[in-house]
Amino acid sequence: MRAPVSWIAEFVDLPAGLDGRSLGDALIRVGLEVERVSAPADGISGPLRIGRVLSIEELTGFKKPIRYCLVEVGEPAPRGIVCGAQNFAEGDLIVAALPGAVLPGPFPIVARQTYGRTSDGMICSARELGLGEDHSGILVLPPDFGEPGTDLLDALDVLGMRDAVLDIAVTADRGYCLAVRGLAREAAAALDLPFTDLPVPGVAEQVAGYPASVSDPAGCDRFELRAVTGLDARRPTPEYIVRRLRACGMRSISLAVDVTNYVMLETGHPLHGYDRALLSGPLGVRRAEPGEKLTTLDGTVRLLDADDLVITDDRGPIGLAGVMGGAATELSDGTRDVLLEAAHFDPASISRAVRRHKLPSEAAKRFERGVDPAMAPVALQRCVDLLIEHGGATAVAGGTLIGNGPVPVPIELPAGRPGRLAGTPIATAAVRHRLEQVGCLVTVAEARAAGAPETQATETQATGTEAAADEPVLSVTPPSWRPDLTDPADLIEEVVRLEGYDKVPSVLPRSPADRGWTAEQRLRRSISRAMAGAGYTEVINYPFVSPAVHDAFGLAPEDSRRRALRLANPISDAEPELRTSLLPGLLANLGRNLGRGNRELAIFEMGLVYLPAETTEPAPRPGVEHRPTDAELAAISRTVPVQPRYLATVLAGDVELPGWWGPGRPAGWADAIESARVAARAARVELEIRKAEVAPWHPGRCAQLLLDGAVVGAAGELHPRVIAALDLPARTCAMELNLDAFDPPPPAQAPELSNYPPVLLDLALVVPAPVPAADVLAAVRAGAGGLLESVRLFDVYADDERLGAGLKSLAFALRFRAPDRTLTVDEAIAVRDAAVAEAAVRCGAVLRG
Amino acid sequence: MSGANDSYDPKQVAALSPAALATGIAAALQAFAEARDLDQLRAAQNAHVGDRSPLALANREIGALPPAAKSDAGKRVNAARTEVRQAYAARLAELEAERDAQVLAEESVDVTLPWDRQLPGARHPLTLTQELVGDVFTAMGWEVAEGPEVEAEWFNFDALNIGVDHPTRTLMDTFFVAGPDGSADSGLVLRTHTSPVQARVMLTQAPPIYIVCPGKVFRTDELDATHSPVFHQLEGLVIDKGITMAHLKGTLDHMAQAFFGPGIVTRLRPSYFPFTEPSAEPDLLCFVCRGESVGNPNRPCRTCDSEGWIEWGGCGMVNPRVLRACGIDPDVYSGFAFGMGIERTMMFRNNAADMRDIVEGDLRFTRAFGMEA
Repeated sequence: MRAPVSWIAEFVDLPAGLDGRSLGDALIRVGLEVERVSAPADGISGPLRIGRVLSIEELTGFKKPIRYCLVEVGEPAPRGIVCGAQNFAEGDLIVAALPGAVLPGPFPIVARQTYGRTSDGMICSARELGLGEDHSGILVLPPDFGEPGTDLLDALDVLGMRDAVLDIAVTADRGYCLAVRGLAREAAAALDLPFTDLPVPGVAEQVAGYPASVSDPAGCDRFELRAVTGLDARRPTPEYIVRRLRACGMRSISLAVDVTNYVMLETGHPLHGYDRALLSGPLGVRRAEPGEKLTTLDGTVRLLDADDLVITDDRGPIGLAGVMGGAATELSDGTRDVLLEAAHFDPASISRAVRRHKLPSEAAKRFERGVDPAMAPVALQRCVDLLIEHGGATAVAGGTLIGNGPVPVPIELPAGRPGRLAGTPIATAAVRHRLEQVGCLVTVAEARAAGAPETQATETQATGTEAAADEPVLSVTPPSWRPDLTDPADLIEEVVRLEGYDKVPSVLPRSPADRGWTAEQRLRRSISRAMAGAGYTEVINYPFVSPAVHDAFGLAPEDSRRRALRLANPISDAEPELRTSLLPGLLANLGRNLGRGNRELAIFEMGLVYLPAETTEPAPRPGVEHRPTDAELAAISRTVPVQPRYLATVLAGDVELPGWWGPGRPAGWADAIESARVAARAARVELEIRKAEVAPWHPGRCAQLLLDGAVVGAAGELHPRVIAALDLPARTCAMELNLDAFDPPPPAQAPELSNYPPVLLDLALVVPAPVPAADVLAAVRAGAGGLLESVRLFDVYADDERLGAGLKSLAFALRFRAPDRTLTVDEAIAVRDAAVAEAAVRCGAVLRG
Repeated sequence: MSGANDSYDPKQVAALSPAALATGIAAALQAFAEARDLDQLRAAQNAHVGDRSPLALANREIGALPPAAKSDAGKRVNAARTEVRQAYAARLAELEAERDAQVLAEESVDVTLPWDRQLPGARHPLTLTQELVGDVFTAMGWEVAEGPEVEAEWFNFDALNIGVDHPTRTLMDTFFVAGPDGSADSGLVLRTHTSPVQARVMLTQAPPIYIVCPGKVFRTDELDATHSPVFHQLEGLVIDKGITMAHLKGTLDHMAQAFFGPGIVTRLRPSYFPFTEPSAEPDLLCFVCRGESVGNPNRPCRTCDSEGWIEWGGCGMVNPRVLRACGIDPDVYSGFAFGMGIERTMMFRNNAADMRDIVEGDLRFTRAFGMEA
């Protein structure tokens, strides 16, 4: 909403010398979002003069009509100025910007060669002067505006160009601020000055007006009509109305339209004018019938929805109620009789129609936020008066009124509550004063009986604003323009914001002692740190994926990862699904980094994946008047998808860089598996690694990760087909793990250390090549028993000639130690032999001679 | 006891003469001094202290002296041997030190050589900022609460007094999960704020409640320099007896200082949110100019546009309607809530200029943050 200060000043006696910026600051303090304060003249510097067009020469041979004008600007010789506009004639007064002038932009004016002439200045349009958006032609001044050559910088006041305009973003709860009247009321309250409201007209004569009926009183609870006749629709709109419309960002269209817009800007009440001659029979208000169509003022044919509220005459819908009128009954140059409508519509209904038809309008914007029903007769009277005054019309006696609109309900407010919630005392008188400034009717409902204070007396945070025993309770009736004031809390906000939020002190509340981060959260942090410590860099990807990725991954048709949630309105139609795996995002990220020249890539992400719930029933939406029942809450929970937190890594390029120490080492399947062990170590659990064939991994280089026998993830090198499909570097590796499988570790158990000397023995076992090293290791551990302090696999060796085909040798370093004595070598050898025997039984291992 | 005088051998006795001893000492000392390395010193030691050295001979001759002379000669020979041994030890130490120094010098390396063999890892600044938020609030005794990102509409909207006709509940603003028929009537959305976590906590936990909820949220904005369809929020909620706006202000001030340094306070501007009443927008005192750019054209501030304050989010006193929907008696308890963008906060704190850098996952960006933002 834009409003010039001069208009606001008609409602409030603003102090002399208060500039637009100070007024804007005052409005900001009471909660209006003042986005800009500017006057059209800001950014204009001279020479800017009144010019008279002496002669016009039409230049030909160009793509568009061009005029070369001689303009008298108070100098001995006229100036020659080239102009592309056509809406002026010889003898007209115009605004001439001469070389050296600067127009808003900034747009410096210089003499220049153009269209084969020298243009020694510029003839200005309203937009070039910052007067409005009208660029259709140049600004022609009234004939009596002044003498040619008069310096216009001094006259900018006269043009209204020094009048500061406030540009305010109005929040959804303050519909009344979409009117100069409402903004002026805020200004009065902010500056603590008296407010003069618009006069309410006397009761209309008891003469029936245009016939009408409302068949949907829920959608339209007030419908009022007035009429004028004998309008001369061609008369110009008065300059002050044009100027104010322009300042508010609206174009002048015709007298009748301009007047309804002007009155809407002033009162906040949208009006609609019908050409009465084009109406056929009584007006009606109802919901549209299926299949009905309406051509709106913008020329669009709209198929109506059964929820659309429409205005009808005998022939059917003639307007989309509160949103836009119909073309069939539109006001025109020939309109003589105007029927004016001021109605009050259900905000939610208007909202839905706006969304359905994607048709935001100035009227709808106001109806959606709530219009003051009491303003309807005021707005109609203003409109009638202006059409009489400026359009030569006469009022038609009588009027139509159906319904009265909503009636505000009084709210009880203990006078001390605003102060108690603000945390600073606010006197009862101040509470009343502020509520009255808002427009409320305030009376004392009852004096609270002594000894019955409000419950807040038992508060745990001492505020010094406990309820007084004899605190009065106010009965507050909100004004008709504040449908948002329904609860005591709404009234409290009004009081506190007008008193000033800057009066609220700063006090830190004292929380009861608590446990801090949960064990799960601490574990997550440990894992994240461990991953970064291991050389991985974290990314946070969008969870949106393309269904095509499932095919690229080679997922089987029944793979559960194909069962993904889909968005009804994705950002990109190519990526409508929500991820069931972190890998698509990570691999895309890998590609993006490669594209930017980053070659050594070790990336991790921790985040939720979204697994559809069992049920596809829509989630219920119980009422909000009270807490839903446990059964209702459980029903909601059943519909919410399962959302476990996953950890995934991807690797490409070197994980160890080449350098003066030697060659680098490219990332491999083992790095990917190790990345899972990094996370597992942070959780102090050991993953079981098992060979498996899982998409999207290389069937020979893929490990399943198990915890307590349950599969929790997979890792390895990606399948070459996947690498080709996604255009990834050869041998790209990846790991994915369900972190929710990790419980926070219990307190670590300290080991008992033996300080007796160890016995170190090496052991080489020959096993069939397919036997997993992990099995052999497990057998060695089991066979060796308690005296084996540690065992480490340090070599794998295969040689068809020296070892035999299909065999491999695994070399282990064993460290034996006894807790209570020095272990002899013979004892250690005996234990080792037991380990060999166990490996022989379990894995067919033979001690390598 | 003594042997016959005639067995006395004047030639041999001469070796015990003071002059002879002095000569022996001098020769030994000179030989040690002239030894250039440990091998030469060892040779000099053999020559001058070894079995066949003059001093060793002199020592052996003591036995041949008459008893009366033995004591005197023994003392002189011992003194001579001690002097030579000490000289040897001293030179040995010198030469060993020289040798050690030389070996160390030969082993010298260029310690400025890089060892950038392992890839540097790093955590995402949004993760780090969310942890910082948690650290600040857990230090005050609050808890860090979390919830699902795909959320039931009831938790995301209804419970928070956002009615079914509210403009935000449209495909224009909110991501809706498609139902089985492809429509948006699944009752599920991608949460548009972390407030549903607050609702979940209020429904399951009796007051007092002191929680902060950092997390991922979604709105249908296209990615540009300041917007992203996926971003992060931190929200706080306190429900207790006697909670006032002053407590809200105190908490915001504390948080501002924890993130941006001492002296950075907040101010409240009235605003509107369905789930709070009264509502406010907290502004942050500009942490660059500290308000000194206001009305001071010579010191313009790009961070706050010379306004002195920076918009930081939304807040207010929890609407009693929300308390009722969550089963908390608004006549007994009151509370406040606030919410800020993690990205915006991080961009301020870490001087990041473009949202796209934060979301695109270019490792060069994230590596700058290491382990703590």
